[in-house]
Amino acid sequence: MTAPRSRSTPRLSLRPSVAVKVASTINSMSRLLGRGSGTVIGGRAGLAIDPRLLTILATDRNVALVSGTNGKTTTTGMLVAALTETDSIPVVTNTTGANMPAGHVAALIGTRPSGTVVLEVDEGYLGQLIEETRPQVVVLLNLSRDQLDRIAEVRMLVDKWRAVLGSLEPVEPGGTGTVVVANADDPMVVWAASTAPEVRWVGAGQVWRDDAVGCPACGGRIVFEATGNWYCDQCEFARPERFAWLEGETLVMADGNRYPVVIGLPGQFNRANAAMVAVAAAELVGTYAQPRVSVATALARLAVLHEVAGRFSTVDRQGRVIRLLLAKNPAGWTAIFDLLDESPSAPPVVLSINARVADGFDTSWLWDVPFERLAGRTVVATGERCRDLAVRLRYAEVDHKVVPDPLEAVDAAVRVAAPSARPGGPPSVEFLGNYTAFAQLRSRL
Amino acid sequence: MIASAGRRPALTVVVIYPDLLGTYGDGGNGLVLARRAEWRGVEVNLIQAPSDRPLPRGDLYCLGGGEDGPQVRAATTLIADGTLLRAAADGAVVLGVCAGFQLLGRQFPDAADRPHDGLGLLDVTTRKGTNLRAVGELVAAVDDAAPRSADGSPLPLLTGFENHGGVTTIGPEASPLARVITGVGNGGGDGTEGAWTQRVVGTYLHGPVLARNVALADLLLGWALASRGRTLPPVVLDDGEESALRADRLAGVGSLRSTRAGRVRRGRG
Repeated sequence: MTAPRSRSTPRLSLRPSVAVKVASTINSMSRLLGRGSGTVIGGRAGLAIDPRLLTILATDRNVALVSGTNGKTTTTGMLVAALTETDSIPVVTNTTGANMPAGHVAALIGTRPSGTVVLEVDEGYLGQLIEETRPQVVVLLNLSRDQLDRIAEVRMLVDKWRAVLGSLEPVEPGGTGTVVVANADDPMVVWAASTAPEVRWVGAGQVWRDDAVGCPACGGRIVFEATGNWYCDQCEFARPERFAWLEGETLVMADGNRYPVVIGLPGQFNRANAAMVAVAAAELVGTYAQPRVSVATALARLAVLHEVAGRFSTVDRQGRVIRLLLAKNPAGWTAIFDLLDESPSAPPVVLSINARVADGFDTSWLWDVPFERLAGRTVVATGERCRDLAVRLRYAEVDHKVVPDPLEAVDAAVRVAAPSARPGGPPSVEFLGNYTAFAQLRSRL
Repeated sequence: MIASAGRRPALTVVVIYPDLLGTYGDGGNGLVLARRAEWRGVEVNLIQAPSDRPLPRGDLYCLGGGEDGPQVRAATTLIADGTLLRAAADGAVVLGVCAGFQLLGRQFPDAADRPHDGLGLLDVTTRKGTNLRAVGELVAAVDDAAPRSADGSPLPLLTGFENHGGVTTIGPEASPLARVITGVGNGGGDGTEGAWTQRVVGTYLHGPVLARNVALADLLLGWALASRGRTLPPVVLDDGEESALRADRLAGVGSLRSTRAGRVRRGRG
């Protein structure tokens, strides 16, 4: 895995070059006109002219893909940081979270063909991205219920992943093939990735287990032990031998090496993402622009991140520090609640829920989120679906106020919040939003 | 919430197998029932019953939506366990949603379209539909012959979110719960949504259905208390937030209707 990979380059016929031009022109026009960041529209136009555009753009690149239900954007940001040497050619990535093929095309257009590419991939498009970009590394984080009206149920998705991961090429000494870095603690991820020829199993942890009780192999019952180990009570399916695992704040390699995982981002789930990234980064073949990195270097570089695409960032408003948190499904919300100060004097919380395409139209998942944990604190419900949220909070017996406009909701919380000691200090207000609710508030702050 | 030790609470609500039938947030139905009884002064024991233990006896059972494999396992386990069938024969109230509705019937299909035996508590049969899955907001008018609220008034419009690939037909021993105004519902071409027999109710509505339709929740509570020789205390709850949600959803359906075709995706379940 040391030499750069070579693959036959598809002949650049007229169509792809026209497609590339159209996509990049539309992107720059869209940026100039201030109509969004110019990511998706140009990519869509390019793909309409030549559906093979992504294949052509990804040829001869070192590609890493990141997918899973939660932590995709943050982990992608971490992997980019881990691979980035100061002053080097930038790693190509889809920073804006546009994680479907049009977004991938837009990210690749106009970039130097020598750089490493790190792409966040929507779960439903992983198969297509693997076929078209022939990645060196695929990082699979976790799988749980999310947007059930758009993305399939977990087991339908896992069956698709299983088929495509089973068709990966084995890693050859010449540097071809794909290494899958997969979370060994998530039975659904393991079932999907166990068909792949080359897997680095990382014990990254998985707090949410409610979608993994039924064995995907035989329909038996998955038994979770207190240690985190798991097995099926009826068949051979069990946690695989791990290549590395997280022990509290230490990444332990099966070969005996131990690395402290000290990160700027909050939460054990981000330590888990960092562990996956460290293993993945070390598997990527280096290029001139991005030389190969060690686990230790990767961890040191990603430690400096304090926010990714606005997630975990703070803004100051009228002397109050507001922390912006994104969670979009029960597993994500449960993990985010672990970050909150749960003392009686805890800061007020603003909860914002939308139900657009990117959020899922069905809000029933709110009833799987343990909102009961917010009892006793000041809670403001907002967003386009604040009515659904309000009813959920009522049955959780959490006192709350409903303020439909998100900015007015934040200001209602700011009015009762204690002033912050200093800008960038501990938050005086916590804002938690799902996908489009988070983006909406950020654009207005 | 938890009944004091040694005394049998007035009402036991059992959420059946949240580990298998908890995918679509329908566990909220159990919470809505428990709170609405408690808020009226009725002592409630709310039990989340996992699939690896014997099912406890209860007055009111809730089954939710789940994935295909876990649905089959839930049906097989419930038939072998026997408690739900005995409790229903003794007058317990049963609410089944989506996969939970299908498995209360005589037969339902798995992912490979093999038929599996249901519990037979409802005279309905589910088969695999076309490739199009029914996904979206649903509004239905409760059937004239369906049960009415304690004061004799018909239940208001049902609102919820459906997400299923199965088509359910109602046999002679069950009756439709409602007639579809917007959405697909049972999908057999007769315009019906859900089914009921005596004290067993099945529906495709998530939301959860009882949070969106609290009158149905109160109806089920009334039935369950009646079989213990009690009635639902006539305490009027402040349902302002539930009413606001209903108004928001019913108003939203009009604008969603035009995009409905785009919200049906391929697949089954």
